[in-house]
Amino acid sequence: MSTVPGQTPSQTVGPFFAYGLVPTQYGYPFRSLFGPDLAEPRTPGTPIVIGGRVLDGNGDPIGDALLEIQHADAQGRRPTSAADVAATGFRGFGRMGTGTLPGHRYAFRTIKPGSTPDGQAPHVDLIVTMRGLLSHAFTRIYFDDEPEANARDPVLASVPADRRTTLLARREDLPGGRVYLFDVRMQGDAETVFFDV
Amino acid sequence: MPQLPRITARDWSSQPPYLHPEYRSTVLRAPKRPLVTLAATLAELAQPVYGHEDLGPLDHDLTRNAAVNGEPLGERIVVTGRVLDERGRPVRGTLVELWQCNAAGRYVHRVDQHDAPLDPNFLGAGRALTDEHGHYRFLTIKPGAYPWGNHPNAWRPNHIHFSLFGEHFASRLVTQMYFPGDPLLELDPIYRSTPAGVRERLVSRFSMDVTQEGFALGYEFDIVLRGPLQTPTQVS
Repeated sequence: MSTVPGQTPSQTVGPFFAYGLVPTQYGYPFRSLFGPDLAEPRTPGTPIVIGGRVLDGNGDPIGDALLEIQHADAQGRRPTSAADVAATGFRGFGRMGTGTLPGHRYAFRTIKPGSTPDGQAPHVDLIVTMRGLLSHAFTRIYFDDEPEANARDPVLASVPADRRTTLLARREDLPGGRVYLFDVRMQGDAETVFFDV
Repeated sequence: MPQLPRITARDWSSQPPYLHPEYRSTVLRAPKRPLVTLAATLAELAQPVYGHEDLGPLDHDLTRNAAVNGEPLGERIVVTGRVLDERGRPVRGTLVELWQCNAAGRYVHRVDQHDAPLDPNFLGAGRALTDEHGHYRFLTIKPGAYPWGNHPNAWRPNHIHFSLFGEHFASRLVTQMYFPGDPLLELDPIYRSTPAGVRERLVSRFSMDVTQEGFALGYEFDIVLRGPLQTPTQVS
């Protein structure tokens, strides 16, 4: 056979992914490969929580969404091997469903990423998928306490100015630590910017 | 700045649209604004770190990886295939995760309320890494059809959910594998959300070569992911 087939089409993750993709989080007897913790206490950097909700077109929180985040470490580097992960405890990738926390929230425990060597502002790459989404959606989380770096960021610059705030996580310093709040809005006036990646 | 391989674009002629009203759940969840084109920055990111040491010895065998006091009920099947990029090259060492309902059409998931029995010896979740030729292989139970609330008398065709990373953050794929000859396919709004002439890529092939005599029928399902557009030295 000489012809190369085209891309395999995406299909929805459906409502029942938890025991396959995030079993530990949901209490199923299968070990998760990825979870909501991207860092360990020994990981260099500022410990933070990135949390929020995924909202549908009615503004209601979605209880069966799956989020995957990936970001650089405090120095802007990404782990590329098991040895990298073992050295600092920083995994660089996390996965969580919105079906276990009150209010259909998500919460990743990690460290604040640094600017990347190519000059991008500190950011988190996010994949969102759920029942009712036939292809996953890509977006990015930036931090509202990085105005100077954000102003120089080439990706933010490519987003229409009136929609950039949909990509900013809001910092709150709580007794338990620093939290960045970021809601994903699938539709509506403040629909999150999604990227064609 | 280092020269990194670029990845082929998401081919929207091969992919379903976000909004497909026949699949009702898309109506309040599909993004409505145009996607913003992102320069290669995000596409160049690598997949997450994982390896052989993360997988258990029975992770690929759903007939045994949750057995409590016997074997799961239903028809044993082998599901195997290759993971390739669009140039036909194998994607090596990449994670393939799958999940499915049992032979009666019931998911272990607590949200599933379908009135069909659970199987105490079947969870329905598995995973494997592709080998140096891009091959993966699972042993499982053929999933049943089940009703859902999308429209009157709606039934999902037999299917297995797949999740893959590929070599890049942007090659991520979540999809479903179907079975040949299923009369429910042409009635299923999820399957039909993908363009005609393309959706057939989601249907596995029955294979006597894969079928194991006296033990299990075999199905082949090849998966094509986005991959490098060109080699780094060709980037201008």
